[in-house]
Amino acid sequence: MNDTTEKKNRPMRPDPIPRIDSNFFWDACKRGEFVVQKCEPCNKLWHPPRALCPVCHSSEKTEAKLSGKGTVMSWCRQVRPASFLFAESPWVILVELDEGVRMVSNLEGEDAPEFGMRVTVDFAETSGGKAVPVFRALETGEAG
Amino acid sequence: MVAESQRACIVGIGQTEFSKASGRSEQQLAAEAVVAACQDAGLSPHDIDGFTTFAIDKSDEIDLMRSVGARDINYTTRLPQGGAASVATLVHAKNAVESGMCDYFIIWRAMNERSQYRFGQPSVSLSPDAHSSTFMEWCFPFGAQTPAAWEALSCGHYMNTYGVTSEDLGQISVTFRKAAATNPNAFFYGKPITLADHQDSRWIVEPWFRLLDCCQESDGGCAILITTRERAKNLKQKPVPIFGAEYSMLFNHEIISDFYEGDLLHNDLAIRATEKLVNACGIAPKDTKVAMIYDNFTPQVLRQLEGFGYCGLGEAKDYVADGNLELGGATPLSPNGGLIGEAYIHGINNITEGVRQMRGTAANQIKDAETAFIGSGVAGAIIGKAE
Ligand SMILES: [Zn+2]
Repeated sequence: MNDTTEKKNRPMRPDPIPRIDSNFFWDACKRGEFVVQKCEPCNKLWHPPRALCPVCHSSEKTEAKLSGKGTVMSWCRQVRPASFLFAESPWVILVELDEGVRMVSNLEGEDAPEFGMRVTVDFAETSGGKAVPVFRALETGEAG
Repeated sequence: MVAESQRACIVGIGQTEFSKASGRSEQQLAAEAVVAACQDAGLSPHDIDGFTTFAIDKSDEIDLMRSVGARDINYTTRLPQGGAASVATLVHAKNAVESGMCDYFIIWRAMNERSQYRFGQPSVSLSPDAHSSTFMEWCFPFGAQTPAAWEALSCGHYMNTYGVTSEDLGQISVTFRKAAATNPNAFFYGKPITLADHQDSRWIVEPWFRLLDCCQESDGGCAILITTRERAKNLKQKPVPIFGAEYSMLFNHEIISDFYEGDLLHNDLAIRATEKLVNACGIAPKDTKVAMIYDNFTPQVLRQLEGFGYCGLGEAKDYVADGNLELGGATPLSPNGGLIGEAYIHGINNITEGVRQMRGTAANQIKDAETAFIGSGVAGAIIGKAE
Protein backbone atom coordinates (compact mmCIF):
# COMPACT_ATOMS: atom_id res chain seq x y z
CA MET A 1 0.00 0.00 0.00
CA ASN A 2 1.46 3.34 -0.95
CA ASP A 3 1.53 6.26 1.43
CA THR A 4 -1.45 8.07 -0.16
CA THR A 5 -3.76 5.07 0.21
CA GLU A 6 -2.64 4.61 3.76
CA LYS A 7 -3.47 8.24 4.56
CA LYS A 8 -6.89 7.91 2.89
CA ASN A 9 -7.74 4.99 5.14
CA ARG A 10 -6.87 6.83 8.27
CA PRO A 11 -9.75 7.86 10.49
CA MET A 12 -10.83 11.46 10.78
CA ARG A 13 -9.83 12.78 14.18
CA PRO A 14 -7.43 15.58 15.02
CA ASP A 15 -4.02 14.63 16.37
CA PRO A 16 -3.21 15.49 19.95
CA ILE A 17 -1.11 18.63 20.30
CA PRO A 18 2.46 17.66 21.26
CA ARG A 19 3.67 19.42 24.39
CA ILE A 20 6.73 18.73 26.50
CA ASP A 21 4.84 18.00 29.72
CA SER A 22 2.17 15.76 28.21
CA ASN A 23 3.86 13.83 25.39
CA PHE A 24 4.25 10.84 27.73
CA PHE A 25 0.45 10.48 27.82
CA TRP A 26 -0.04 10.35 24.05
CA ASP A 27 3.07 8.18 23.54
CA ALA A 28 1.59 5.66 25.97
CA CYS A 29 -1.74 5.68 24.11
CA LYS A 30 0.15 4.84 20.92
CA ARG A 31 1.57 1.79 22.73
CA GLY A 32 -1.94 0.89 23.92
CA GLU A 33 -1.24 1.87 27.52
CA PHE A 34 -3.44 4.15 29.60
CA VAL A 35 -1.36 6.15 32.07
CA VAL A 36 -1.51 9.35 34.06
CA GLN A 37 1.12 11.58 35.65
CA LYS A 38 2.20 10.39 39.08
CA CYS A 39 4.34 12.22 41.59
CA GLU A 40 6.85 9.61 42.79
CA PRO A 41 7.60 11.11 46.25
CA CYS A 42 3.98 11.66 47.29
CA ASN A 43 2.29 9.06 45.13
CA LYS A 44 -0.39 11.48 43.88
CA LEU A 45 -1.94 11.36 40.41
CA TRP A 46 -2.45 14.51 38.35
CA HIS A 47 -4.43 15.23 35.21
CA PRO A 48 -4.12 17.29 33.09
CA PRO A 49 -0.35 16.86 33.41
CA ARG A 50 1.70 19.67 34.87
CA ALA A 51 5.29 20.78 35.30
CA LEU A 52 5.63 20.04 39.02
CA CYS A 53 3.62 18.23 41.67
CA PRO A 54 1.64 21.08 43.25
CA VAL A 55 1.77 19.39 46.68
CA CYS A 56 5.49 18.62 47.17
CA HIS A 57 6.92 20.49 44.15
CA SER A 58 8.93 17.48 43.05
CA SER A 59 9.72 17.21 39.34
CA GLU A 60 10.18 13.46 39.76
CA LYS A 61 7.23 12.57 37.55
CA THR A 62 6.48 9.00 36.59
CA GLU A 63 3.58 7.29 34.85
CA ALA A 64 0.94 5.37 36.77
CA LYS A 65 -0.98 2.73 34.84
CA LEU A 66 -4.71 3.18 35.18
CA SER A 67 -7.36 0.47 35.35
CA GLY A 68 -9.13 2.15 32.45
CA LYS A 69 -12.45 1.94 34.32
CA GLY A 70 -14.45 5.00 35.13
CA THR A 71 -17.84 6.64 35.45
CA VAL A 72 -19.50 9.17 33.13
CA MET A 73 -19.88 12.42 35.05
CA SER A 74 -21.17 14.61 32.21
CA TRP A 75 -21.67 14.37 28.47
CA CYS A 76 -22.73 16.26 25.35
CA ARG A 77 -22.49 16.33 21.56
CA GLN A 78 -21.34 19.40 19.66
CA VAL A 79 -23.73 19.45 16.71
CA ARG A 80 -23.50 22.99 15.35
CA PRO A 81 -20.92 23.58 14.19
CA ALA A 82 -20.25 19.84 13.93
CA SER A 83 -17.00 18.65 15.47
CA PHE A 84 -14.22 19.88 13.23
CA LEU A 85 -12.03 17.20 11.59
CA PHE A 86 -14.45 14.42 12.54
CA ALA A 87 -16.59 12.35 10.14
CA GLU A 88 -19.49 13.00 12.53
CA SER A 89 -19.73 14.68 15.90
CA PRO A 90 -18.83 12.14 18.60
CA TRP A 91 -20.37 11.78 22.06
CA VAL A 92 -18.13 13.77 24.36
CA ILE A 93 -17.91 12.51 27.93
CA LEU A 94 -16.32 13.71 31.12
CA VAL A 95 -15.08 10.58 32.84
CA GLU A 96 -14.13 10.24 36.46
CA LEU A 97 -11.64 7.38 36.51
CA ASP A 98 -11.69 4.94 39.40
CA GLU A 99 -8.28 6.28 40.45
CA GLY A 100 -9.91 9.70 40.99
CA VAL A 101 -8.68 11.78 38.07
CA ARG A 102 -11.06 13.23 35.47
CA MET A 103 -10.61 13.53 31.75
CA VAL A 104 -12.53 14.50 28.63
CA SER A 105 -12.92 11.75 26.07
CA ASN A 106 -15.45 10.09 23.76
CA LEU A 107 -17.95 7.31 24.19
CA GLU A 108 -17.74 4.91 21.26
CA GLY A 109 -19.99 2.01 20.33
CA GLU A 110 -23.75 1.57 20.17
CA ASP A 111 -24.73 3.06 23.51
CA ALA A 112 -25.61 6.70 24.11
CA PRO A 113 -24.02 8.13 27.24
CA GLU A 114 -25.84 8.25 30.56
CA PHE A 115 -24.95 9.86 33.85
CA GLY A 116 -23.21 7.35 36.07
CA MET A 117 -22.60 4.94 33.19
CA ARG A 118 -19.63 2.64 33.81
CA VAL A 119 -17.09 2.76 31.00
CA THR A 120 -13.79 1.17 30.08
CA VAL A 121 -10.93 2.54 28.04
CA ASP A 122 -10.07 1.78 24.43
CA PHE A 123 -7.87 3.63 21.96
CA ALA A 124 -8.69 5.47 18.75
CA GLU A 125 -6.26 6.32 15.97
CA THR A 126 -5.99 9.91 14.79
CA SER A 127 -5.57 11.24 11.25
CA GLY A 128 -1.83 11.64 11.72
CA GLY A 129 -1.32 8.12 13.06
CA LYS A 130 -1.28 9.04 16.76
CA ALA A 131 -3.70 7.61 19.33
CA VAL A 132 -6.05 8.96 22.00
CA PRO A 133 -7.99 7.18 24.76
CA VAL A 134 -11.72 6.69 24.15
CA PHE A 135 -14.26 4.75 26.18
CA ARG A 136 -17.01 2.19 25.63
CA ALA A 137 -19.77 1.05 27.94
CA LEU A 138 -18.89 -1.75 30.32
CA GLU A 139 -21.15 -4.71 29.60
CA THR A 140 -23.32 -5.89 32.48
CA GLY A 141 -21.40 -8.57 34.29
CA GLU A 142 -18.08 -7.32 32.94
CA ALA A 143 -15.67 -6.76 35.81
CA GLY A 144 -15.71 -3.19 37.05
CA MET B 1 -10.23 51.75 54.04
CA VAL B 2 -9.77 54.21 51.23
CA ALA B 3 -10.59 57.86 51.97
CA GLU B 4 -13.90 58.85 50.31
CA SER B 5 -12.12 61.53 48.28
CA GLN B 6 -9.86 58.85 46.82
CA ARG B 7 -12.63 56.29 46.11
CA ALA B 8 -12.62 54.93 42.58
CA CYS B 9 -15.60 56.11 40.56
CA ILE B 10 -16.80 55.49 37.04
CA VAL B 11 -16.99 58.85 35.30
CA GLY B 12 -17.31 57.98 31.63
CA ILE B 13 -18.78 55.27 29.44
CA GLY B 14 -18.51 54.94 25.69
CA GLN B 15 -19.56 52.48 23.06
CA THR B 16 -19.94 51.98 19.36
CA GLU B 17 -23.09 50.60 17.77
CA PHE B 18 -23.56 46.85 18.25
CA SER B 19 -23.87 44.96 14.96
CA LYS B 20 -22.91 41.83 13.04
CA ALA B 21 -20.71 43.73 10.57
CA SER B 22 -19.03 46.86 11.88
CA GLY B 23 -17.27 47.60 8.60
CA ARG B 24 -14.11 48.80 10.35
CA SER B 25 -11.15 47.42 12.27
CA GLU B 26 -11.28 46.22 15.86
CA GLN B 27 -8.58 48.78 16.57
CA GLN B 28 -10.88 51.54 15.31
CA LEU B 29 -13.80 50.23 17.40
CA ALA B 30 -11.53 50.27 20.45
CA ALA B 31 -10.32 53.82 19.80
CA GLU B 32 -13.82 55.14 19.07
CA ALA B 33 -15.16 53.64 22.31
CA VAL B 34 -12.29 55.10 24.35
CA VAL B 35 -12.76 58.56 22.86
CA ALA B 36 -16.52 58.32 23.48
CA ALA B 37 -15.95 57.41 27.15
CA CYS B 38 -13.62 60.41 27.56
CA GLN B 39 -16.09 62.74 25.81
CA ASP B 40 -18.85 61.47 28.08
CA ALA B 41 -16.68 62.48 31.05
CA GLY B 42 -15.30 65.67 29.56
CA LEU B 43 -11.69 64.47 29.68
CA SER B 44 -9.09 64.67 26.93
CA PRO B 45 -8.00 61.14 25.91
CA HIS B 46 -4.45 62.55 26.01
CA ASP B 47 -4.70 62.42 29.82
CA ILE B 48 -5.42 58.69 30.09
CA ASP B 49 -2.60 57.11 32.11
CA GLY B 50 -3.78 53.54 32.66
CA PHE B 51 -5.39 50.77 30.62
CA THR B 52 -6.77 47.30 30.96
CA THR B 53 -8.56 44.73 28.88
CA PHE B 54 -8.45 40.93 29.19
CA ALA B 55 -7.22 37.93 27.22
CA ILE B 56 -8.38 37.32 23.63
CA ASP B 57 -8.34 40.98 22.55
CA LYS B 58 -6.67 41.85 19.27
CA SER B 59 -6.32 45.54 19.96
CA ASP B 60 -3.53 46.59 22.29
CA GLU B 61 -2.33 49.44 24.42
CA ILE B 62 0.46 50.66 22.14
CA ASP B 63 -1.83 50.78 19.15
CA LEU B 64 -4.62 52.39 21.16
CA MET B 65 -2.23 55.10 22.39
CA ARG B 66 -1.29 55.84 18.77
CA SER B 67 -4.95 56.45 17.93
CA VAL B 68 -6.25 58.28 20.99
CA GLY B 69 -3.06 60.21 21.72
CA ALA B 70 -2.55 59.06 25.31
CA ARG B 71 0.85 60.49 26.18
CA ASP B 72 2.22 58.75 29.23
CA ILE B 73 0.92 55.46 30.69
CA ASN B 74 1.72 54.46 34.27
CA TYR B 75 0.08 51.04 34.38
CA THR B 76 -1.47 48.50 32.08
CA THR B 77 -2.45 44.90 32.63
CA ARG B 78 -3.92 42.06 30.60
CA LEU B 79 -6.11 39.72 32.66
CA PRO B 80 -6.48 36.01 31.95
CA GLN B 81 -9.80 34.08 32.17
CA GLY B 82 -11.58 35.44 29.07
CA GLY B 83 -15.04 36.92 29.53
CA ALA B 84 -15.18 35.65 33.11
CA ALA B 85 -12.59 38.37 33.76
CA SER B 86 -14.72 41.16 32.30
CA VAL B 87 -15.78 42.41 35.73
CA ALA B 88 -12.29 41.79 37.12
CA THR B 89 -11.20 44.79 35.03
CA LEU B 90 -12.92 46.89 37.71
CA VAL B 91 -10.66 45.36 40.37
CA HIS B 92 -7.61 46.62 38.52
CA ALA B 93 -9.17 49.97 37.70
CA LYS B 94 -10.10 50.50 41.34
CA ASN B 95 -6.66 49.54 42.62
CA ALA B 96 -4.91 51.65 40.01
CA VAL B 97 -6.67 54.90 40.90
CA GLU B 98 -7.08 54.35 44.66
CA SER B 99 -3.39 53.54 45.04
CA GLY B 100 -2.48 56.72 43.22
CA MET B 101 -0.73 54.83 40.45
CA CYS B 102 -3.10 56.21 37.83
CA ASP B 103 -5.25 59.34 37.55
CA TYR B 104 -7.47 58.34 34.61
CA PHE B 105 -7.83 54.65 33.95
CA ILE B 106 -9.54 53.09 30.91
CA ILE B 107 -11.15 49.66 30.57
CA TRP B 108 -11.78 48.73 26.96
CA ARG B 109 -13.02 45.89 24.80
CA ALA B 110 -13.55 45.80 21.04
CA MET B 111 -14.23 42.87 18.80
CA ASN B 112 -15.39 41.96 15.32
CA GLU B 113 -16.30 38.55 16.67
CA ARG B 114 -19.00 38.01 14.02
CA SER B 115 -17.73 39.67 10.85
CA GLN B 116 -13.96 39.12 11.12
CA TYR B 117 -13.94 35.68 12.71
CA ARG B 118 -16.54 33.45 14.36
CA PHE B 119 -16.02 33.65 18.10
CA GLY B 120 -18.24 30.66 18.82
CA GLN B 121 -16.66 28.32 16.28
CA PRO B 122 -13.59 26.07 16.46
CA SER B 123 -10.29 27.83 15.99
CA VAL B 124 -7.33 25.65 15.11
CA SER B 125 -4.90 28.53 15.36
CA LEU B 126 -5.21 28.91 19.13
CA SER B 127 -2.10 27.90 21.02
CA PRO B 128 -2.56 25.44 23.89
CA ASP B 129 -0.25 27.70 25.90
CA ALA B 130 -1.36 30.52 28.17
CA HIS B 131 -5.08 30.45 27.46
CA SER B 132 -6.24 30.11 31.09
CA SER B 133 -7.61 26.78 29.99
CA THR B 134 -6.58 23.35 28.80
CA PHE B 135 -9.35 23.10 26.20
CA MET B 136 -7.14 23.15 23.13
CA GLU B 137 -5.03 20.29 24.44
CA TRP B 138 -7.55 18.13 26.31
CA CYS B 139 -10.88 18.79 24.55
CA PHE B 140 -10.09 19.52 20.91
CA PRO B 141 -9.00 15.98 19.88
CA PHE B 142 -12.28 14.70 21.32
CA GLY B 143 -14.55 16.93 19.25
CA ALA B 144 -15.43 19.37 22.05
CA GLN B 145 -14.15 22.42 20.25
CA THR B 146 -16.46 25.35 20.95
CA PRO B 147 -17.23 27.46 24.02
CA ALA B 148 -20.77 26.03 23.91
CA ALA B 149 -19.44 22.44 24.06
CA TRP B 150 -17.09 23.16 26.98
CA GLU B 151 -19.79 24.99 28.87
CA ALA B 152 -22.32 22.21 28.21
CA LEU B 153 -19.94 19.56 29.49
CA SER B 154 -19.31 21.59 32.62
CA CYS B 155 -23.04 22.31 33.25
CA GLY B 156 -24.49 18.92 32.25
CA HIS B 157 -23.86 17.37 35.64
CA TYR B 158 -25.51 20.34 37.38
CA MET B 159 -28.55 20.30 35.09
CA ASN B 160 -29.02 16.56 35.47
CA THR B 161 -28.63 16.67 39.25
CA TYR B 162 -31.19 19.44 39.76
CA GLY B 163 -33.54 18.50 36.95
CA VAL B 164 -33.04 21.70 34.95
CA THR B 165 -35.01 21.39 31.71
CA SER B 166 -34.61 23.10 28.36
CA GLU B 167 -37.81 25.02 29.19
CA ASP B 168 -36.19 26.27 32.41
CA LEU B 169 -33.32 27.62 30.34
CA GLY B 170 -35.73 29.02 27.76
CA GLN B 171 -37.37 31.14 30.43
CA ILE B 172 -34.02 32.88 30.97
CA SER B 173 -33.67 33.70 27.26
CA VAL B 174 -37.25 34.96 27.13
CA THR B 175 -36.47 37.31 30.05
CA PHE B 176 -33.34 38.71 28.40
CA ARG B 177 -35.02 39.16 25.02
CA LYS B 178 -38.01 40.87 26.64
CA ALA B 179 -35.67 43.48 28.15
CA ALA B 180 -33.67 43.83 24.92
CA ALA B 181 -36.89 44.44 23.00
CA THR B 182 -37.30 47.81 24.74
CA ASN B 183 -33.62 48.83 24.66
CA PRO B 184 -32.86 50.77 21.44
CA ASN B 185 -29.13 49.96 21.77
CA ALA B 186 -29.80 46.23 21.78
CA PHE B 187 -29.21 44.19 18.65
CA PHE B 188 -32.53 42.47 19.39
CA TYR B 189 -34.43 45.74 19.96
CA GLY B 190 -38.08 45.17 19.13
CA LYS B 191 -37.57 41.40 18.84
CA PRO B 192 -38.87 39.56 21.88
CA ILE B 193 -39.15 35.77 21.77
CA THR B 194 -41.56 33.26 23.23
CA LEU B 195 -40.74 30.04 25.04
CA ALA B 196 -41.96 28.24 21.90
CA ASP B 197 -39.38 30.15 19.79
CA HIS B 198 -36.72 28.94 22.20
CA GLN B 199 -37.96 25.35 22.03
CA ASP B 200 -38.07 25.50 18.23
CA SER B 201 -34.52 26.80 17.91
CA ARG B 202 -31.94 24.29 16.65
CA TRP B 203 -29.58 22.34 18.86
CA ILE B 204 -26.08 23.76 19.23
CA VAL B 205 -24.88 21.19 21.78
CA GLU B 206 -27.12 18.18 22.40
CA PRO B 207 -28.92 17.76 24.72
CA TRP B 208 -28.26 20.99 26.59
CA PHE B 209 -28.00 24.14 24.46
CA ARG B 210 -30.27 25.40 21.72
CA LEU B 211 -29.40 28.41 19.58
CA LEU B 212 -31.41 30.69 21.88
CA ASP B 213 -29.42 29.55 24.93
CA CYS B 214 -26.31 31.18 23.49
CA CYS B 215 -25.14 34.78 23.59
CA GLN B 216 -24.58 36.52 20.29
CA GLU B 217 -21.47 36.89 18.20
CA SER B 218 -21.26 40.68 18.01
CA ASP B 219 -19.19 43.45 16.50
CA GLY B 220 -18.64 46.49 18.65
CA GLY B 221 -16.58 48.23 21.28
CA CYS B 222 -17.06 49.57 24.81
CA ALA B 223 -14.92 51.64 27.15
CA ILE B 224 -15.19 52.82 30.75
CA LEU B 225 -13.26 55.64 32.41
CA ILE B 226 -12.38 55.49 36.12
CA THR B 227 -10.87 58.14 38.37
CA THR B 228 -11.11 59.21 42.02
CA ARG B 229 -14.12 60.99 43.48
CA GLU B 230 -11.97 64.08 44.01
CA ARG B 231 -10.86 64.29 40.36
CA ALA B 232 -14.41 63.56 39.26
CA LYS B 233 -15.41 67.00 40.59
CA ASN B 234 -13.76 68.58 37.56
CA LEU B 235 -15.54 66.29 35.08
CA LYS B 236 -18.99 66.40 33.48
CA GLN B 237 -20.79 63.39 34.94
CA LYS B 238 -21.87 62.63 38.47
CA PRO B 239 -19.47 59.87 39.56
CA VAL B 240 -20.65 56.29 40.06
CA PRO B 241 -18.70 54.91 43.06
CA ILE B 242 -17.18 51.44 43.00
CA PHE B 243 -17.90 50.14 46.53
CA GLY B 244 -16.28 46.79 45.97
CA ALA B 245 -14.68 44.78 43.17
CA GLU B 246 -13.18 41.34 43.69
CA TYR B 247 -12.23 38.27 41.74
CA SER B 248 -11.11 34.74 42.42
CA MET B 249 -8.65 32.28 40.96
CA LEU B 250 -8.62 28.94 42.74
CA PHE B 251 -6.32 25.93 42.59
CA ASN B 252 -6.92 23.53 39.69
CA HIS B 253 -9.83 25.55 38.33
CA GLU B 254 -9.74 26.85 34.80
CA ILE B 255 -11.96 28.83 32.53
CA ILE B 256 -15.01 27.31 30.84
CA SER B 257 -13.47 23.82 30.58
CA ASP B 258 -13.46 23.82 34.38
CA PHE B 259 -13.89 20.08 34.91
CA TYR B 260 -11.04 19.00 37.14
CA GLU B 261 -11.79 20.37 40.60
CA GLY B 262 -14.82 20.45 42.89
CA ASP B 263 -18.19 18.71 42.51
CA LEU B 264 -19.32 20.63 39.37
CA LEU B 265 -22.40 21.67 41.35
CA HIS B 266 -21.10 24.39 43.67
CA ASN B 267 -19.84 27.43 41.77
CA ASP B 268 -16.58 27.63 43.73
CA LEU B 269 -15.16 30.66 41.91
CA ALA B 270 -18.28 32.82 42.26
CA ILE B 271 -18.70 31.73 45.90
CA ARG B 272 -15.15 32.86 46.68
CA ALA B 273 -15.54 36.16 44.82
CA THR B 274 -18.75 36.85 46.77
CA GLU B 275 -17.08 36.15 50.13
CA LYS B 276 -14.37 38.65 49.27
CA LEU B 277 -16.88 41.21 48.04
CA VAL B 278 -19.00 41.08 51.20
CA ASN B 279 -15.83 41.32 53.24
CA ALA B 280 -14.62 44.31 51.28
CA CYS B 281 -17.75 46.46 51.19
CA GLY B 282 -20.39 44.84 53.39
CA ILE B 283 -22.90 44.62 50.53
CA ALA B 284 -23.94 41.25 49.12
CA PRO B 285 -25.03 40.95 45.48
CA LYS B 286 -28.61 40.08 46.50
CA ASP B 287 -28.83 43.28 48.58
CA THR B 288 -28.64 45.37 45.40
CA LYS B 289 -31.65 46.41 43.35
CA VAL B 290 -30.37 45.30 39.93
CA ALA B 291 -27.95 42.63 38.73
CA MET B 292 -25.87 42.33 35.60
CA ILE B 293 -24.78 38.69 35.39
CA TYR B 294 -22.60 37.31 32.60
CA ASP B 295 -24.82 35.31 30.27
CA ASN B 296 -22.60 33.58 27.73
CA PHE B 297 -24.97 30.59 27.97
CA THR B 298 -28.21 30.29 29.95
CA PRO B 299 -27.12 27.63 32.51
CA GLN B 300 -24.26 29.90 33.48
CA VAL B 301 -26.86 32.35 34.77
CA LEU B 302 -28.29 29.65 37.07
CA ARG B 303 -24.91 28.64 38.41
CA GLN B 304 -23.93 32.26 39.04
CA LEU B 305 -27.22 33.10 40.78
CA GLU B 306 -26.29 30.36 43.25
CA GLY B 307 -22.58 31.20 43.42
CA PHE B 308 -23.21 34.91 43.95
CA GLY B 309 -25.67 34.06 46.74
CA TYR B 310 -29.07 34.93 45.25
CA CYS B 311 -30.42 31.49 46.18
CA GLY B 312 -29.27 28.10 47.45
CA LEU B 313 -27.68 25.25 45.54
CA GLY B 314 -30.08 23.78 42.98
CA GLU B 315 -32.68 26.49 43.60
CA ALA B 316 -31.86 28.84 40.72
CA LYS B 317 -34.36 27.44 38.23
CA ASP B 318 -37.15 28.08 40.74
CA TYR B 319 -35.73 31.52 41.53
CA VAL B 320 -36.08 32.31 37.83
CA ALA B 321 -39.52 30.69 37.52
CA ASP B 322 -40.77 32.82 40.42
CA GLY B 323 -40.16 35.94 38.33
CA ASN B 324 -37.36 37.41 40.45
CA LEU B 325 -35.31 38.36 37.37
CA GLU B 326 -38.08 40.25 35.59
CA LEU B 327 -37.76 44.05 35.34
CA GLY B 328 -40.41 44.32 38.08
CA GLY B 329 -39.00 41.41 40.12
CA ALA B 330 -37.03 41.34 43.38
CA THR B 331 -33.62 41.34 41.68
CA PRO B 332 -34.09 42.38 38.05
CA LEU B 333 -31.44 40.94 35.74
CA SER B 334 -29.64 42.83 32.97
CA PRO B 335 -32.24 45.41 31.93
CA ASN B 336 -30.19 46.01 28.75
CA GLY B 337 -31.08 42.47 27.64
CA GLY B 338 -27.69 41.08 28.66
CA LEU B 339 -25.21 39.50 26.33
CA ILE B 340 -27.98 37.36 24.83
CA GLY B 341 -30.23 40.31 24.02
CA GLU B 342 -28.09 43.46 23.74
CA ALA B 343 -24.70 42.33 22.39
CA TYR B 344 -21.72 40.24 23.40
CA ILE B 345 -18.92 42.73 23.88
CA HIS B 346 -17.43 40.01 26.03
CA GLY B 347 -19.20 41.26 29.16
CA ILE B 348 -18.10 44.88 29.17
CA ASN B 349 -21.46 46.12 27.89
CA ASN B 350 -22.95 44.80 31.13
CA ILE B 351 -20.71 47.21 33.06
CA THR B 352 -21.78 50.19 30.93
CA GLU B 353 -25.43 49.21 31.56
CA GLY B 354 -24.76 49.02 35.30
CA VAL B 355 -23.41 52.57 35.12
CA ARG B 356 -26.48 53.81 33.23
CA GLN B 357 -28.69 52.21 35.89
CA MET B 358 -26.78 54.10 38.58
CA ARG B 359 -27.03 57.35 36.61
CA GLY B 360 -30.74 56.85 36.06
CA THR B 361 -30.36 57.03 32.28
CA ALA B 362 -30.98 53.41 31.21
CA ALA B 363 -33.53 52.50 28.55
CA ASN B 364 -35.16 50.12 31.02
CA GLN B 365 -34.47 52.06 34.19
CA ILE B 366 -34.99 50.23 37.49
CA LYS B 367 -36.57 52.68 39.92
CA ASP B 368 -34.92 53.58 43.22
CA ALA B 369 -31.80 51.52 42.57
CA GLU B 370 -29.19 52.67 45.10
CA THR B 371 -26.67 49.97 44.24
CA ALA B 372 -26.08 47.49 41.41
CA PHE B 373 -24.23 44.21 41.21
CA ILE B 374 -22.15 43.28 38.16
CA GLY B 375 -20.86 39.71 38.01
CA SER B 376 -18.94 37.62 35.51
CA GLY B 377 -18.25 34.08 36.69
CA VAL B 378 -15.10 34.67 38.70
CA ALA B 379 -15.55 38.36 39.46
CA GLY B 380 -18.09 40.69 41.02
CA ALA B 381 -18.49 44.38 41.73
CA ILE B 382 -20.93 46.56 43.65
CA ILE B 383 -21.42 50.07 42.31
CA GLY B 384 -23.53 52.87 43.74
CA LYS B 385 -25.88 55.57 42.57
CA ALA B 386 -24.31 58.55 40.81
CA GLU B 387 -24.03 61.48 43.18
ZN1 LIG C 1 4.33 15.37 45.11
